[in-house]
This record gives sequence, structure tokens and C-alpha cells, in this order.
Amino acid sequence: MVRELLSPEVGKKLILLGNEAIVRGSLEAGVRFVSTYPGTPASEIGDRFAVIAKEAGIYFEYSTNEKVAMEAAAGASFAGLKSLVAMKHFGINVASDSLLPIAYVGTRGGMVVIVADDPSGWSSAQSEQDSRYYPRMGHIPLLEPSNPQECKEVTKFAFELSKQFEIPVIIRTTTRVAHTRSPVTFGQITKIDGKGRFIKDLERYNTLPPNVIALHEKIVEKNEKIRDFFEQSELNFIVNKKKSKFGIITSGVSFNYVVDALDELGIKIPVLKLTTTHPLPRKKIIDFLKLLKSVLIVEELEPVLEKDIKVIAQEEKLKIEIRGKNLVPRAGELTPEKVLLAISKFLNKKPSFNFDLHLKKFKRVDVSRRFPVMCPGCPYRPAFYAVKEAAGEEVVLGGDIGCYMLGIFPPANAADFILNMGAGEGVIHGINKASDQKTIAFIGDSTFFHAGIPALMNMVFNKSNPLVIILDNLTTAMTGHQPHPGTGITGIGEKTRTIVIEDMVKACGANVKVVDPYNIQEMISAVKESLKSKETSVIVARRECRLLFLRKAKKADIKLNKFQINPKRCNKCGICLERFGCPAIYKDEKGFYINEELCNGCGVCSQICPSKAIEVKK
Amino acid sequence: MKDFNIVIAGVGGQGILTLGYIISKTAMDQGFDVRMAEVHGLSQRYGAIVCHIRFGKKIFSPLVMCGKADLVIGLEPLEGLRNAYYGSKKTVFLLDNYPIIPVSVYLFNKKYPKLEEIGEDLKPFSKKVIFVNASKKAKELAGNVIAANIYMVGAAVSKRLLPLRKDLVFKNIKGVIKPKYYEVNEKVFNAAFEV
Repeated sequence: MVRELLSPEVGKKLILLGNEAIVRGSLEAGVRFVSTYPGTPASEIGDRFAVIAKEAGIYFEYSTNEKVAMEAAAGASFAGLKSLVAMKHFGINVASDSLLPIAYVGTRGGMVVIVADDPSGWSSAQSEQDSRYYPRMGHIPLLEPSNPQECKEVTKFAFELSKQFEIPVIIRTTTRVAHTRSPVTFGQITKIDGKGRFIKDLERYNTLPPNVIALHEKIVEKNEKIRDFFEQSELNFIVNKKKSKFGIITSGVSFNYVVDALDELGIKIPVLKLTTTHPLPRKKIIDFLKLLKSVLIVEELEPVLEKDIKVIAQEEKLKIEIRGKNLVPRAGELTPEKVLLAISKFLNKKPSFNFDLHLKKFKRVDVSRRFPVMCPGCPYRPAFYAVKEAAGEEVVLGGDIGCYMLGIFPPANAADFILNMGAGEGVIHGINKASDQKTIAFIGDSTFFHAGIPALMNMVFNKSNPLVIILDNLTTAMTGHQPHPGTGITGIGEKTRTIVIEDMVKACGANVKVVDPYNIQEMISAVKESLKSKETSVIVARRECRLLFLRKAKKADIKLNKFQINPKRCNKCGICLERFGCPAIYKDEKGFYINEELCNGCGVCSQICPSKAIEVKK
Repeated sequence: MKDFNIVIAGVGGQGILTLGYIISKTAMDQGFDVRMAEVHGLSQRYGAIVCHIRFGKKIFSPLVMCGKADLVIGLEPLEGLRNAYYGSKKTVFLLDNYPIIPVSVYLFNKKYPKLEEIGEDLKPFSKKVIFVNASKKAKELAGNVIAANIYMVGAAVSKRLLPLRKDLVFKNIKGVIKPKYYEVNEKVFNAAFEV
């Protein structure tokens, strides 16, 4: 199915994710170089390129982190190729150090940066970041599509814009755009061959002062030209254009909710839909505001448009009431009903459906939470179990970003904080230095390569002694099993040199032990031993992600053991369920059982059962 | 036809997105505009999953408005109940009667409700609640509960809860599975029409 993205058939209609539509749009624009670090809700962009890049004659890589991915894409663009770099919202934090100077010097071949925000955190922890501030900080044009078809069109437009103005262009999506599927009509694919070439031009690429001041002036000027260009763009349009007391300005996915809410209320008022949201098409906005007495800005997360538009109105001395975050919620993703309720207050018109009553009724429905859990057979579960057995409850546990953040939920309770990639190590070092407490930092394999190495070096360099447990499941599991430098395979499936984690750890100057977390006793003693160390010590807990293993086993037709609980031996202590917490184990009034459908055959539960009641099912 | 709104709820790993894709693709093949809202990543690991599908002449929002679902498909009964939010007096809930008990029930000493209790709790949010044997049938006919999603779409079509054509739905089922699984999936799909 993925290969259908390469179809040469113009007019073909496929149901695509917003992310897939961005891939198709890039192909139609003639993209030549794609880099990314996997991060949901942007992951499928890289994942699709990983499948089609070779056939499409495009270079694709999973980079070690977003900063490196950004730099690689900039390099390709400096060499004259059209490049695309994709990341989730937090990725742009990592990459921003590079993005700002790249924008100053300007790109050559056309460079598009995709950043996918995740309001409500469907696929992320950390924060409800609104990445629309970056374009404003970096003088970078910003485009926000509302649906998959627009994703495709906006991507093509972004490449043209970038090429014409020699500046990187950011396309910002949100979960409900990136992960919405809808019919997308294909256009012509552009194929370009040949190598790029970097042309030396120090006046352009030198960011040292005083040249940096000249570059600053230049990028501000460029932004004004782009603003004029955006004034003409049909990507910004007005629905129900007429003189009216009330009107709405909106962008991105919120536009859809506005249309549905007005339909539900049976009201037609003018709506300005903005797609080019930085620099804002000022004249277009002024003309729209002049039609109205009162305007509501409907946007997800922060009042970004609202503040910009308030400035414009003030500068133009417009007599207009501007409302936004005093009616539209700031935290949590927007939904059609949230927008409907905001518009209903704005217009002072009651909806026919009684939402308040409905919500009151709904609050009475009591449903047990179903938080995401580590899979049956996940090697992280025994690792966490062993740490708790070995270190007790007093030790401070630094969590990090990956499947192992699920360890924060009971019964593992294996994280006292989770911040961002690499921060488990970084922060635990600070706690170690500031207190007499025992400290352990968890970090995944892909995260270690992404952000864990500088923090580990810092521990060694500054003589602290936390235990770092690198949970190595030989893949980037949470985002969909992408390869990383430790896997020996590149993004397009080619063999490459494996960077061995324990060698890297040794090179950083820390003691290291490699343990199989499926061996509970060995894992427990390794943790106990390492916690005694006066120096930084590292345990690499290595065992392949069970989902990957199952896929391979299925292909090779390997039958796995299934485990069962022998009721004669089980003394109903509950350790397997209440402390180990494998989702394949359940109980009723009579006893404890293993659901054969869910059991992935790791057999670790048979090691932790004190009465040896768990056995292989014959 | 006015817009048709579906909410599919279940547990990560049950094939919710596959089911959603089959429905969305069929709706497109029948000439409708479609939007389907998915969730990926974190929530997929045995967590509660919700997928929204809306189709009709011209669709904007990918999310179903609170109280506006025509059909809620619950691949797991408790997940159906969790999404009572989308139901109202015109909504049909089609639920697999096979519970997957969340770990939190054990950890916090809660009770997993009986199916009758789920039906009762859903009353203020529904026109009708229908329980079917999807997982049991899938296990019996395909040897694995994973085909329950195919039974559920069959049940929705056979009970006329979903204005989609049987032949096109099956064509699109074939579009997402390997040829060697056509036969068992056809068995499971057809079984939903026999009841």
C-alpha cells in the first residue's frame, strides 16, 4: 500500500494520512533528500520514505537526533537539492539551535521543515508545546494545513516558496491533521536527477559579526516580501464573506470545527481561514476586520494569532472587539463541541443540543482507567521489577522518553519524574550531586544515541555516581520500530557499522555490564552490585523488543511456549499480577490465570513466582 | 444522506485502525467524502483507543461531536461504555461481548461491570445497545480473536447499522490482508450475516 504513494497516475484518489499526503506532496515538488528522527505524530513521514526512497531515487535517513537531521537537510539544500526534514514538536526544540542560523544564511535548493504538534499529548508526554512560536523567533515562514489534501498542496507550495525566497519554510501540523485520513487526489510527480553541488560563498554563509547583523536585516526584509506574497495567496480565504457584526478568524484543524459548529448552530457569519500564519497577511486581515464589530480567534493551544491580530488592530486603530482565549480553552486539544460552545457564547446563541446536561449524565458513568501498559513479554517489565527488588522504594528513579515511560504507571512505578529525552540522566546527576540519595537513571537505546551520551560524559567528568540503566531493546520501539546507530541497519535497510553501546559507554569512561533482563536473578544482582559503586556505572539491559521478536518468529514459523498457572501450586500471593503486572495475567474469585491469547511466552513470570506455580503449557 | 458519524473504541492491538480504514475506504468507494481520526504511538500499547470516522457529501471535522455518533462500535465492552460521551438517543452501540480487563481493575480493587450493567449505563446515551459474539466467533472460525474486527464490520453491515455495501466492504477487507488469510476472514465476515 505504501508504494502506491509513488503512483504516476494523475487524478488518482487514495485515503491518506496527513503525514502520507506530505510525503506525496514532497514527491510532486521534486524532493531529493529527506532526514528525520522518529517522533509521533510525525513518524509516518519518515516511515513511508524509508519504504519508497530507493525506488523514488531519493536519499533518506533516520538521523541520530533532530538537530543532526536539520543540519543534514540544510547541507543538502546548500548543495542545491530540495530537502525535507520532519520531526515532532519537541524535535524542533532540539533542532532550533541549528534552525535559526540556517534561516539567517538562507537555503538554496528549497528546504521544508515539518513539525507536528500534539495537543492533548496523544502520542507524547513532556508539554503541550505550541511550535508556532519558533517561526516568530526565527523569522521563518509558517504554513498550517487543515486536512490531508491541504497537507499535500501546502507541501508543494512550501517548496516553491522556499526556493523562491531562499529560506527554510516550516509546515506545522497537529495530531488531528497529521493523523487524519481522508481522500487525497494525486498530481504529477517531479523527478530530478544528478548530484548537487555546494557553491562557496562566504558572504552568505558567514554568521560572524558584523555579517550576522547584515544577515539579520536581510531576513527581516525577506519576511516583509514574503508577507506581500502571502497577501495574494489563495490558501487564505473567506467563507460567507459579507458585512456582519460578528466574524471568526481561524487556522489549521480548528477551521473544520468552526465550520461544523456554525452548521450545528444554523448560523452564517464570515470566517477567515488562514493557512500562511507567519508572517501574517496583514492587509487581508485588516480588510476582514473592517467588515466586523467583533471577532473571535479560534486556535488550539496558545493565543498566537490572537496576539498578532491584536497588535495589527491596535496599529491600525480599528474599533473592534477581539476575543479568543477568554472563550476558547487554552489547554487540551480543541474538539468540535468545545469550539461550538465558545462560538455559542460569542454569539450569545444557545445550541439545540444540551451539552451541559449531556456532560452531567456522562460524569455519572464510572469506567476504570485503561492506561497504556508495556506489552506482554516486554523486556522492560522484568528490568523494572528487578530494580525494585534490588534497590527498594527509596532510590530516586529518573525516567525518560520511550516505551519505558510506561513504567511510571503502577505496578512498576519505575519513574519519579519524566521530562524529556536525555533528562533522566542529566537531572539524576544533579540530584546525585545535591543529595545523599541513591540514584538510578533509565534511558532507552535510541534515546541514548539521541541525547544520552553528553549527559553520561558529564557524570563521569564531574565525578558523580548514579547507576544508568540503558534499556536496550534493539530498536526505536514506541514510534514504530525504526533502526538506530546500534542496530547495524540504515533507514533504507542497508547494512552499516553497528555502534556498540557498551563500547560507547566505556569510551565515556564509565563501568559497564551487559545483562539480559529476562534473567531476573542476574539483573537483580547486577543492580545491587552497581549501586555500591563510587563511580558512574552503567548496566546495558539488552533484550529485543518482544513485538519485533514475535514478528520474526512468525515469519520463521517458530512456535512459542505459552505459560499457565498451575492451580494446585498457586498460593494466590498475587505477585505475578499486582507486582509484576503482565497484562496477560488475570484473576477471578477462584484463582489466577494466564490469557493464552495475550501471553507472548517470555516466561519471566515463572521465575518470579515464589511457589513455582507458573509452567509451560503442554 | 446526512453525515454519518462512527466512533470505534477498543484496546490497542485489536485492529481498530485496520477496521477504520476498511470502513473509510468503502465510504470513499461509494462516493462519499470521508475523514478518519486516528491515534498512534503511546496510546497504542494496550491503552484505550478511539478512532472517529465521518462520511457524507462534504466533511470538515475529523472528530465526531459529543452526542452526535450514529454508531459506536466497541471492540471491547468497557471501551464502548467509556465512549458514551459520543452517544445520544439516536445512537446504536454495537459491542463485542468479550471483556479485556484493564490492569487498573486489579490494582485499585475495582470491579469490571457485568454486560447488563454496561447496557444499563449506556441507556441514557443510546437508542439501542447490541452485544455480539465477535471475539468468540473469530476464535472459533479463525483460531484467533484478532479477526473480531472483521466480524464487527460484518455485524454492522448485516444489521443495517452502517450504510455501506457488503461486497465493497469485503473487497476492502481483502485490500488490507494477505491473500493466505482471505478464506478465514471471509468465513468470519460471513458468519456475522448468518445470525
